[in-house]
Amino acid sequence: MIERNRWLNLVTHLVLCIGVVVIVFPIYLALVGSTHSAQEMAQSPIPIWFGNEGFTNFKTILMGEGEGVRNQLPVSRMMWVSLVTALCIAFGKISISLLSAFAIVYFQFPFRKTVFWGIFITLMLPVEVRIAPTYKVIADFGMVNSFAGLTIPLIASATATFLFRQFFLTVPDELAEAAKMDGAKPMRFFWDVLIPLSKTSMAALFVIQFIYGWNQYLWPLLMSTEERMYPIVMGIRNMTAGADSQVQWNLAMATAILALLPPALVVVLMQKWFIKGLVDTEK
Amino acid sequence: MGPDEIHVSLGLIILNGDKKVIFKSKWLPWVLIAPQAVIILAFFFWPAAQALIQSFQQSDVFGTSVEWNGIENFVSLWRDETYLASFKTTAIFSILVAGLGISLSLILAFFADRITKGAWFYRTLLILPYAVAPVVAGVLWLFLFSPSVGLAAYMLEKVGIQWNSLLNSNHAMTLIVIASVWKQISYNFLFFLAGFQSIPKSLIEAAAIDGASVWKRFWTIQLPLLTPTTFFLLVVNTVYAFFDTFGIVDSTTRGGPGKDTAILVYKVYFDGFKAMDLGGSAAQSVILMAIVICLTVIQFKYVERKVNY
Repeated sequence: MIERNRWLNLVTHLVLCIGVVVIVFPIYLALVGSTHSAQEMAQSPIPIWFGNEGFTNFKTILMGEGEGVRNQLPVSRMMWVSLVTALCIAFGKISISLLSAFAIVYFQFPFRKTVFWGIFITLMLPVEVRIAPTYKVIADFGMVNSFAGLTIPLIASATATFLFRQFFLTVPDELAEAAKMDGAKPMRFFWDVLIPLSKTSMAALFVIQFIYGWNQYLWPLLMSTEERMYPIVMGIRNMTAGADSQVQWNLAMATAILALLPPALVVVLMQKWFIKGLVDTEK
Repeated sequence: MGPDEIHVSLGLIILNGDKKVIFKSKWLPWVLIAPQAVIILAFFFWPAAQALIQSFQQSDVFGTSVEWNGIENFVSLWRDETYLASFKTTAIFSILVAGLGISLSLILAFFADRITKGAWFYRTLLILPYAVAPVVAGVLWLFLFSPSVGLAAYMLEKVGIQWNSLLNSNHAMTLIVIASVWKQISYNFLFFLAGFQSIPKSLIEAAAIDGASVWKRFWTIQLPLLTPTTFFLLVVNTVYAFFDTFGIVDSTTRGGPGKDTAILVYKVYFDGFKAMDLGGSAAQSVILMAIVICLTVIQFKYVERKVNY
């Protein structure tokens, strides 16, 4: 800090505190809401301090049986679907991007530039602008209601490919030279030199892509027509879809907490890599 | 893959370069490229081409007959008042989301930059919404503003405002703007904070010695130096408001009341999957594609300028 100014320091902390309170309040209230009974949550104003029904609520939704749920898929199954989807998307994106970047940087082959720009153009074709025809392709492949359908179409990644390409370009040529002198095959060099060097970039991408995968909504909305393939973000949407007064807010809020907990943990625990991945790669 | 990814990549492709040391193989690079290439061809290029073709076709509900009808689909979109209204809604929504999101996070980042102690604490809490899915963000705010039990709705009633986002379109718009801004603040905040921290401390110190107040230093030094970051965030936030807010709209207002919060992406989905108007939906997709391409080009040019800067 440049100067000592007590008044300014006070304002600084005050503004930040207000910011933090506003940002955290909806999450806090969801947490509070998940610990009350349906009756307590149906009156206005609702309680703003924790109740005693938390255990019951979480057990009810995780098992999918108990008061307030009718033939509902257990949230534990939805979380499983979300987890598998998020992990497949994150690892899928990282793997195929590493391979593509390796090919583009370390080989000369015809149409190399075309391939590069082909990958670039995918940035301009987000799923939102090609919804119906993409669905048709999946349906023709018979991939509706499968993990393959939920993940494979989403694992192409221009971002990750360019990030790794950029990183590989900074790897000293001497390393590849030495590997070639030792008679190492390209794939050996890839596994033994490039992969270990790329660990930080991989961690950064993992955070961003895990969150991206876990939070997918529009795609599963098309892809999962059977309840058993619902990810948790679809589940919570369905729990709050009824008339305002009929929503079981205590259960909906417990589901919301479970839906945001895994990505929030990933962001907080891997904060260092996350910020690096988000901000540094942009520069 | 979403348009939210655009930001990361454009900075990376500028630095073009070739390795001097390369491996030689006729087939290996193709094998390495294959997984990505197959996915891109099957799930990106083919469907995008289909959307382009369908936008010039008319098919009946059962899909049994398909005929070409030129730019008919686009003409009827142009004549469709609900589509034009959706454009207007999207424009208002994007301006509000980008404007509010950028200014609020700029303020937070300005103060967070001044802090030496406890910065980690504030930062950790401020980046939480980034992890929250748009749908979940929508549900959290829906709960706060629920007309029957919502705490915010209850407080508003105390000051004489009958809040009901199901009936009042201004209320509905306010709700989706708040939820969208809330979710995006983390992202903007991190970029602004990085921007503030990259400004040399010596510059600020020199100005302070010359007697420039905190306020003056912000306007004359920090803000001008943050122009590239701000412009970049403007594009990213517009893309976000256009495309990534589908979940927020679908979980809060579902385009209602009436069609008053039906942004373009919501309408494409609704017309294609609920109303089964494939030609019309495809034409809308093509228009959206054009918008993404424009935004990408704007950003691309801007990044080049930043590199020369």
